[in-house]
Amino acid sequence: MPEPEPEPGTVPAAAHAVSGAAIHLENLTKRFPGSSAPAVDCVNMEIRAGELVVFVGPSGCGKTTTMKMINRLIEPTSGRIRIDGEDVTGMDPVRLRRKIGYAIQQSGLFPHMTVAQNIALVPRMTGWSKARTGTRVDEMLDLVGLDPGEFRARYPRQLSGGQQQRVGVARALAADPPVLLMDEPFGAVDPITRDHLQDELIRLQHELHKTIVFVTHDFDEAIKLGDRIAVLRERSHIAQFDTPEAILTNPADDFVSGFVGAGAALKRLNLTRVRDVGVSAFPTATVDDPLQSIFDQLRTGTTNEVLLLDRHRRPYKWLRRGDLMRAKGSLARAGTLVHDTVTRDATLRDALEAVLIDNAGRVAVTGRRGEYEGVVDMETLMNSVHELLEADRLDAAEHQHLLEEQRSQQTRQEQEGCAPGEPGEEG
Amino acid sequence: MTWRTRRPPPEGERPAGEHEVHGIAFRDPETPEEPPPAAPAGRRVGPAKLTVLPSFLLLLLLGTWLWFRGAHLDAIAHNAIADGNVWLRLRQHIVLTVLSTVLVLVIAIPLGVLLTRRRLRPATPVVVAVANIGQATPAIGLLALLVIWMGIGMRAALVGIVVYAVLPVLSNTMAGLRAIDPTLAEAARGIGMSPLGVLFKVELPLAVPLILAGVRTALVLNVGTATLAYFGGGGGLGDLIASGITNQRMPVLVLGSVLTVALALLVDWLASLAELLLRPRGLEAGD
Repeated sequence: MPEPEPEPGTVPAAAHAVSGAAIHLENLTKRFPGSSAPAVDCVNMEIRAGELVVFVGPSGCGKTTTMKMINRLIEPTSGRIRIDGEDVTGMDPVRLRRKIGYAIQQSGLFPHMTVAQNIALVPRMTGWSKARTGTRVDEMLDLVGLDPGEFRARYPRQLSGGQQQRVGVARALAADPPVLLMDEPFGAVDPITRDHLQDELIRLQHELHKTIVFVTHDFDEAIKLGDRIAVLRERSHIAQFDTPEAILTNPADDFVSGFVGAGAALKRLNLTRVRDVGVSAFPTATVDDPLQSIFDQLRTGTTNEVLLLDRHRRPYKWLRRGDLMRAKGSLARAGTLVHDTVTRDATLRDALEAVLIDNAGRVAVTGRRGEYEGVVDMETLMNSVHELLEADRLDAAEHQHLLEEQRSQQTRQEQEGCAPGEPGEEG
Repeated sequence: MTWRTRRPPPEGERPAGEHEVHGIAFRDPETPEEPPPAAPAGRRVGPAKLTVLPSFLLLLLLGTWLWFRGAHLDAIAHNAIADGNVWLRLRQHIVLTVLSTVLVLVIAIPLGVLLTRRRLRPATPVVVAVANIGQATPAIGLLALLVIWMGIGMRAALVGIVVYAVLPVLSNTMAGLRAIDPTLAEAARGIGMSPLGVLFKVELPLAVPLILAGVRTALVLNVGTATLAYFGGGGGLGDLIASGITNQRMPVLVLGSVLTVALALLVDWLASLAELLLRPRGLEAGD
């Protein structure tokens, strides 16, 4: 799919606008009738176009309510929502919702409609022709990794949980909305499938650059997916709204650090890729090398081990000094097979796991074609993690000061903006 | 493809789930998603469903006819069934049943829809109580009252039958609409369906199985209640039964009863077919 760069400020109605739209929440408040305390109290937030923002917080903190006010499934009591600069608070909610994709837990697919009918709903409602909708359905199924020929005519009941969730995302994206709201969409699938779906979402977002608001109570999911994370406490008060790195290394207060939980340093490993740390070279030989040269290499080299590569230069075996002797000079029998490698795109956490499992504490790094690129061992990993955390700390110190300024500004705004409870419009 | 690829085994061949494209090793996700259940086997209406009851009815009618031919009919009995009277009463009965059912549907389904809308929900207990009264009153007493009010004829009978059968359809419609997962209705609103769109595209189709079950109950109920129409001068097979009883002519009574029973069974069978065929696909249980 061609991938035009997202331009800020593109009109979302344009047929194939690839970029998302910015969302502004201004003093957004919701009071439910019959309860004195507001469920959502004066939320101010700016979500940039093309950004994936995760609302995360304990259950009952109002994160879902806040999200549902964006497409006005819940009417705000007061405050304003702007999408792409346009005030949508007074707009016809039905028209508004057709421009906002909506994906929920357990997919929300209609059981009496086929997969194709489900996906076609929004395009048909917005007046697309049958033919155009038909091709769009196939396109969307392709996009979420389902074979249109196989799945088009199925009913939701005939799909696995993960497949249903994929179709749910396809339906939400079908009319190419600039904004996508996702309400714990992966909450009801098993952990392995959830992991795949999260990877898929990252890939999709990489292609589409929608503005996505994603609600979850799983902080790890938030770290994995979010460009920025809004940690919400009760009544949807924003405890911290920042990048995952900043939240992990510099939680704003005890509430946030409590929510980040133990092992922040370990979680930090998820945010750095192998390509960001040093990959060291390792003596190598290929299977086609004459046996004698491998012998020589082992005997004279600085290490007592070489990495044997196959004909495509992919890591094949770890060969120690004594191995060849023991196998009586047969390369086929000597050494231990390489059973795990990481790519440069793997997270440090993956690399660390591979290193921990390996009995010599190192793992081969491969390129896109699986060809050898270097080796990461425990020592480099440790060093880079220390450097990383140190850099984070420095950043944090700088940030701290900025944050405090921001917070004092927010407090001022709240005092001026919507301090006295404005009369509710309903109930 | 996962980030961390497993090593290829030494000799060219790749293990199951791994394949090579232009020298790049791909591995299928470690745990493939559970295979979806097989598509439900083709037809919804089996041959047994289509044949058993009709053949039973045929046998029943044939047996009655044979017995009737052999039975001794005196003038009174003969009079009761002469001049196509049986055919006339049967037709009247069918008209009563069909008309009353149509009226019941026209009244009860929209009422059920309205009562499940948020704004009218407070009215629900009142309406259901009224419908309950309609069903709780003995049908014959109700009919007598209606005849006093509306005079003798088919009209009073029709109203009586309708009042009697509104409740099952109404309560089933409401139950069907209420049984819909609220998150589904919200999803429908969330993707931008108008309130009417939600009702007609999502709620009603999903409620169809329960609504149809109510309709089936009403139909069978109506076939039975229609026999009482005779007492209000509404005609129907009740005429044969009543004259059989009052004149103590067994064959006439049996004929009327058997025809009523056969009609009720036939209607129930047709309704069950409709239930199977009209149920939205994708809702079948057991697949």
